[in-house]
Amino acid sequence: MLELLMGNQAIAMGAIRAGVGVVTGYPGTPSTEIIETIAKKNPGHIYVEWSVNEKSALEVAAGAAYTGARSLVTMKQVGLNVASDPLMSLAYIGVKGGMVIVVADDPGPVSSQTEQDTRHFARFSKLPVFDPSSPEEAYLMIGDAFDYSEKYNTPVLFRPTTRVCHGCASIDLDEIRSEVQVEGFIKNPKWVIFPRLAYQNHLKIEARQPILGEDFSSYRFNSVSGSGKKGIATGGISYAYTREAFQEIDRECKLLKVATPHPFPETLALEFLAGLDEVLVVEELDPVIERELVYLCGKYHLSVKVYGKLTHHIQHAGENTVESVAKAVAIFLNIPVSESKNPVALPLLPIRPPVLCAGCPHRASFYAVKQAMKDKKAVFSGDIGCYTLGNASPLDMVDTCLCMGAGVTIAQGLHRAEPNVVNFAFIGDSTFFHSGITGVINAVYNQTDIVLIILDNVTTAMTGHQPHPGTGNTLMGNIAEKISISAVLKALGVKHVVTQDPLDLAQAVAAVKEAVAFKGISAVIFKSPCIAVVKPSAAYLVDSEKCSGCRQCIEALGCPAFAMVGNQMKIDPATCNGCSICAQVCPFDAIGGAQS
Amino acid sequence: MMNCILAGVGGQGIILASKLIAQSAMNKGLNVRTAETIGMAQRGGCVVSHVRIGEEVHSPLIPLKSADVIIGFEPAEAVRCLGYLKENGTVIVSQKAIKPVTVSLAGDDYDGSEMLFFLRKNVSNLIIVDSDSICAVCDSPKVLNIALLGAVVASGVLAISLAEMEVTIKQNLPEKFVAVNLQALRVGAQAVLKENK
Repeated sequence: MLELLMGNQAIAMGAIRAGVGVVTGYPGTPSTEIIETIAKKNPGHIYVEWSVNEKSALEVAAGAAYTGARSLVTMKQVGLNVASDPLMSLAYIGVKGGMVIVVADDPGPVSSQTEQDTRHFARFSKLPVFDPSSPEEAYLMIGDAFDYSEKYNTPVLFRPTTRVCHGCASIDLDEIRSEVQVEGFIKNPKWVIFPRLAYQNHLKIEARQPILGEDFSSYRFNSVSGSGKKGIATGGISYAYTREAFQEIDRECKLLKVATPHPFPETLALEFLAGLDEVLVVEELDPVIERELVYLCGKYHLSVKVYGKLTHHIQHAGENTVESVAKAVAIFLNIPVSESKNPVALPLLPIRPPVLCAGCPHRASFYAVKQAMKDKKAVFSGDIGCYTLGNASPLDMVDTCLCMGAGVTIAQGLHRAEPNVVNFAFIGDSTFFHSGITGVINAVYNQTDIVLIILDNVTTAMTGHQPHPGTGNTLMGNIAEKISISAVLKALGVKHVVTQDPLDLAQAVAAVKEAVAFKGISAVIFKSPCIAVVKPSAAYLVDSEKCSGCRQCIEALGCPAFAMVGNQMKIDPATCNGCSICAQVCPFDAIGGAQS
Repeated sequence: MMNCILAGVGGQGIILASKLIAQSAMNKGLNVRTAETIGMAQRGGCVVSHVRIGEEVHSPLIPLKSADVIIGFEPAEAVRCLGYLKENGTVIVSQKAIKPVTVSLAGDDYDGSEMLFFLRKNVSNLIIVDSDSICAVCDSPKVLNIALLGAVVASGVLAISLAEMEVTIKQNLPEKFVAVNLQALRVGAQAVLKENK
């Protein structure tokens, strides 16, 4: 049956088709929908969880694969940094059941901190990696990945990129479902990593690399097509762009498609290089295929010129597009690039950056801290989540952001070097569980005086409201006992822990001042649910009689429900969620609830 | 091949509208690819969805100057995407401006009129949809996306009929929202048909 599926949904359906039994992961754009789809389409026998972080997720999936079950773990590219410790060791230990580690890369980046390339991680960990070029290919390739994993008793990486993950295509879903017999965990010294075992397995892995590369040379989604003296090598979504660029410039040439960048399918690549004078390598992120081809040309003394990112023929950063590829290919094939007519100059467009939603409790929390610290020297360390948007004007309350959980610890470093500054660390509830807790222990034990602000909106909001240990829900539909952030902080030895509703502004400011006055690490938990998951309160109205047009509300809060119309403030009733903070800020008492 | 861009602001129901177009094409046995913005950009930022229908489509993203139609959910967002429009392509745009808070913060003004003026001057196949009055007729501010779909279907650019889109809406929307959305679809379609008479 043909269905319109997003790449991530296709990966999920392909994994179900392959008989996956245990699925884990941590949400992160562009990978999140894989687990959400498996949870939704669970035929009943699959265990699926949002794990507390990527390291836990990978280890849970590895344990499952030790028994012979097929397991899947998903994350975004920076998540693999968190999971790299178990990844590197697991590469030595191997698995029994098929284990696929899906790591979604994000060229652009569209919504990430880095443009790192997971294909390097494959090379670094010596694990095979699959790189689908479309959602329909991903649907079939994920099953292949399980097969190769079992054939070589190794975990395998599967690396889609944003445009594959979030692109939709019509996909022919079949009813095939692989039956996996789970033998169970058999005790054996091979599961215990020791230096001697690591040495022996290192030798085995090195011996396996060329065998896998040879196997990949005949893999169904690797291919060579076309003829001539010039060739293009590509993979992933750039393959789709190249095919379309060929149509655009109405010319084709020899084409190598690499669906398994590591171990590199050397025999196939040599077949491609044979008879070529020049090669253009079209890929995103890092020049991985390009370096492999340059290496092969050296190894086999081939006089083929290889162009790509290393020679500045393909852009180093950002996404490729059909246009960018068509231009590079046209230049490579000596086809005159048609001079485009000067496009019509666009009028000055309003800037529309993403902002905290109207009624978002984070806005109130940031504003309360700002008010409490008026005229005081303070630095505000932020973290990863919706609340990173607190950096925007007029709040301007995020001075640092590095990676998951880093706000808590960066604040400590800032404070040790500059003890006279008050150092705040903002962290969301899901991020707190992910990697904030160790940082808090570090501050408690080393007696670093920082103020911790937990922005607890009782969900993982940024990625689409996934449950976490503080929510009481699991993907298996169970009600779990919530883990209390307040109790965790107290148990860790934080002596001043206050839970406060940020939408009560006066109380919220007082709570922050109290926490700042406390000597030693202190914490304010600003608890208020994400407005996207609760029924909104009635919209607020501006009393035009009382509004002086002073702009204080808009300049303090920058809520997207506000607009100045002439010299009067207006609140858009369709946008306002009735949080009431503007009413508490207005010096003329001109903003009131809809009923008043 | 038919390329369609949907452009607007996060929260306007753009992704649903693109799904409905894609599904309608699939119901006719056509091949479809789409791409959309998800994540950080959604929160009140610009949202652009690409829908591509037909064989020999490889890229999920529409190349510049290749869109047969741009559906603008907001005047400035339609203008922002104009580089995608092919020569003699069609723009169907909601006339209601959404003023970003950043504009108010900067003390600037924006009401969309300048954008509509620019579109009138530069786009020969332009349909401006009075979305406010359609939403008023349907008594819901949330049906703008479906009202625009009605206008698009009536314009004929998509080669999807009103009846076909009605079937897709019934298939894909929760039952309690079907009636009001079918109404919005028809009112949106009538608005265009009236204009063309």
